[in-house]
Amino acid sequence: MANVHQFDVVVVGAGGAGLMAGLYASRNAKTAVISKLYPTRSHTGAAQGGISAALGNYEEDKPEWHMYDTVKGSDYLGDQDAIEFMTNEAINAVLELEHMGLPFDRTPDGRISQRPFGGHTNNETGKPVRRAAHAADRTGHMILQTLYQQCLKNKVNFFDEYQVLDFIMINGKAAGVVAVELSTGELHTIHAKSVIFATGGHGRIFEVTSNAYAYTGDGAAILLRHGIPLEDMEFFQFHPTGIYKLGILITEGVRGEGGILINGKGERFMPKYAPSVKDLASRDVVSRAIYTEIKEGRGVDGKNYVYLDVRPESVNRFAAMDGRTNPDGSPYNITGEQVLAKLPDIIDFCRVYLGVDPITQMMPIQPTAHYTMGGIPTNKYGEVVVDDKGTVVPGLYAAGECACVSVHGANRLGTNSLLDIVVFGKYAGLRAAEYAKQADFEKLPADAEAVARSAFEALRNGSGKENVFDISNELKKAMFEDVGIYRNEKDMAAALEKVRELQKRFKNVGVKDTGKIFNTELLNAWELGNLLEIAEVIAMSALNRKESRGGHSREDYPERDDKNWLKHTLIAKKNGKLEINYKSVSITKHQPKARVY
Amino acid sequence: MEITVKIFRYNPEKDQRGNYVTYKVEADENDRVLDVLEYIKGKVDGALAFRRSCAHGVCGSDAVRINGRNMLACKTLVRDVGSSITVEPILGLPIKKDLIVDMEPFFDNYKKMLPYFINESPLPENGRERLQSPEERARFDETTKCILCACCTTSCPSYWASGEYYGPAAIVSAHRFIFDSRDEAADQRLQILAETDGIARCHTAYNCTVACPREIKVTKAIGEVKMAMMTGKLD
Repeated sequence: MANVHQFDVVVVGAGGAGLMAGLYASRNAKTAVISKLYPTRSHTGAAQGGISAALGNYEEDKPEWHMYDTVKGSDYLGDQDAIEFMTNEAINAVLELEHMGLPFDRTPDGRISQRPFGGHTNNETGKPVRRAAHAADRTGHMILQTLYQQCLKNKVNFFDEYQVLDFIMINGKAAGVVAVELSTGELHTIHAKSVIFATGGHGRIFEVTSNAYAYTGDGAAILLRHGIPLEDMEFFQFHPTGIYKLGILITEGVRGEGGILINGKGERFMPKYAPSVKDLASRDVVSRAIYTEIKEGRGVDGKNYVYLDVRPESVNRFAAMDGRTNPDGSPYNITGEQVLAKLPDIIDFCRVYLGVDPITQMMPIQPTAHYTMGGIPTNKYGEVVVDDKGTVVPGLYAAGECACVSVHGANRLGTNSLLDIVVFGKYAGLRAAEYAKQADFEKLPADAEAVARSAFEALRNGSGKENVFDISNELKKAMFEDVGIYRNEKDMAAALEKVRELQKRFKNVGVKDTGKIFNTELLNAWELGNLLEIAEVIAMSALNRKESRGGHSREDYPERDDKNWLKHTLIAKKNGKLEINYKSVSITKHQPKARVY
Repeated sequence: MEITVKIFRYNPEKDQRGNYVTYKVEADENDRVLDVLEYIKGKVDGALAFRRSCAHGVCGSDAVRINGRNMLACKTLVRDVGSSITVEPILGLPIKKDLIVDMEPFFDNYKKMLPYFINESPLPENGRERLQSPEERARFDETTKCILCACCTTSCPSYWASGEYYGPAAIVSAHRFIFDSRDEAADQRLQILAETDGIARCHTAYNCTVACPREIKVTKAIGEVKMAMMTGKLD
């Protein structure tokens, strides 16, 4: 163990949650942030449309409405105590980002500008409300940049391009992590009192996804191997509007600015599925509507896509039909220049990848695997909770997409992910530093790096009969087709069997690169191992839940079943086998009722 | 269609110097160059090393030279560059392995710019946001788009001539704060840029503007910083 570093707090992952945790922890404790990417490469930077808070900068809004919308969006599976906490914190969280210098777009009188987003409403009128604070269509980019910059200002210790490989747990307490330095291949042990996982999601198990290559579920898979349960893993969000075939995200902000969905017959179809908020319904609702249109033969040219139309003449025509107005009451009207100013990156993506100009042409879109609602179970302070009794693992924290607080329940509302990372990243950082102050370092085992080393050895010494690229592609195809937007017993069972077959074949992959410096072949193989474990967890959790709720839509159980299934899934590995348990849902203010948009 | 891809290969643990290896692979004209690299890594030679993450031009990981020009591999389609493609590491930073360069000198220059918001004045008494008009916000909009991919800096002849030059990306980061009406440290940044390895090394070659995958008019931004330095005005 040549390379041992000691910190009070170590944060794994440098996206929005990790940076916020690092920033807050470092104010009170010696803190390190390690990341397999340079922090500014993290996937937070790909978030586009906005971060929600009831600032009320254009029109009346309240945290209570934001809370209710989030509860309803979650299909009543979100924990209401945590949701209330988040929506109450939201206003200060967004203001704090502004105080850190985040360049939000502005209202004419100089305040933070806000736009409508799916599922965010005025609870009295039921109409969409302008709640998403935005910086053009690169809000996530600006959050990531701003938080990284503040970390530099506050001299946070970064270990850039270090891949975490293992968690060290001693006497049931956190004791650090093991990571490999990518540029040298050297293993490092980071001995710590508190460990915060902020490793993001795992959308790379799906064929069509908006997620980065880095999204391989590393943190969740590592903790699973240590017997920590994962919560609600069956709930995965398919974003309605990904670029056809590529899956690149087209922000819901396009519909917030007045864009509409059009099927192959040239019809606007969302009023059929969500008569009140139409194209701005929750993501699960809109993705199912698109899928239904396609399945019933109304895709474009009989193919698996529909159109998203943000051409000014279409936007203005439908806005007039919907009676949409500006904040001052005048009829809503938008020009091509305004579309370009509000959505520059979207226009750029379409031009580059499709050769389509959204100002004059419609965009071909299909639902794309987007967001992990489930994850490492935590309470609202980021503490990892392993059962229904609230038992925590001392010193272990999680925040952001890898965590499940649960504020998103069965379906996340757009803009709540950026809010989640800022709020819960902060509290995880604060708690982790507080804990470290009164805790002692656990004594490290004689060989803390044994697990990491043997995982690498296994990959290096594999027979090489199987190929990482092929297994990865087969996994993505099976999961996208059979554990996707619509699910049923037969398809999911087939997918589970396929995943287990791939896990067996994975044992026979072989890494040819024997080097130490930037051995990305070895790392990609290791990441695939994580995806295979996570895929099994998802397929099992999904097969087990015999109802439809939020992002989990079963053809064989089409109704929500509150009597039997208003509970969280907890799945954990015991003696090499996955076991399912449950955890109750916190219901404080809003009793479940039918969910209509 | 079949395409020919010539890739710069260098493994410091085996090779004295780098060499080019040519691969013939099937590709669609709508494939990203990154897709082609992934295919070669996946099916032909797993040891091929390159960085990538978001795969749609927003994270800045996969800046490379494609047919002699700096681009993001994920934002360049086969149909844009033709069926004969040469891929090399970006110039001016030490090569670590294949297409991966040492980014530390690049980030060191970025960090010299005080690349963070500085405003020590009290917050508004009501605890709300600092006000900024849409016009003031628009003043620095373009330079907020920077993803630190290094396409600009490593296309700059002045940077190639002297690695001590802070480079266009660092100046873009400085510009983002210098022209933010809320920030209070413009003078400090202008002083840093007035140093020998600062803005004087820009000779307006325009390579940076051409190279920027975010379409930031980098040369114009540098010009605005130069003007602010000369006139002491920030409008």
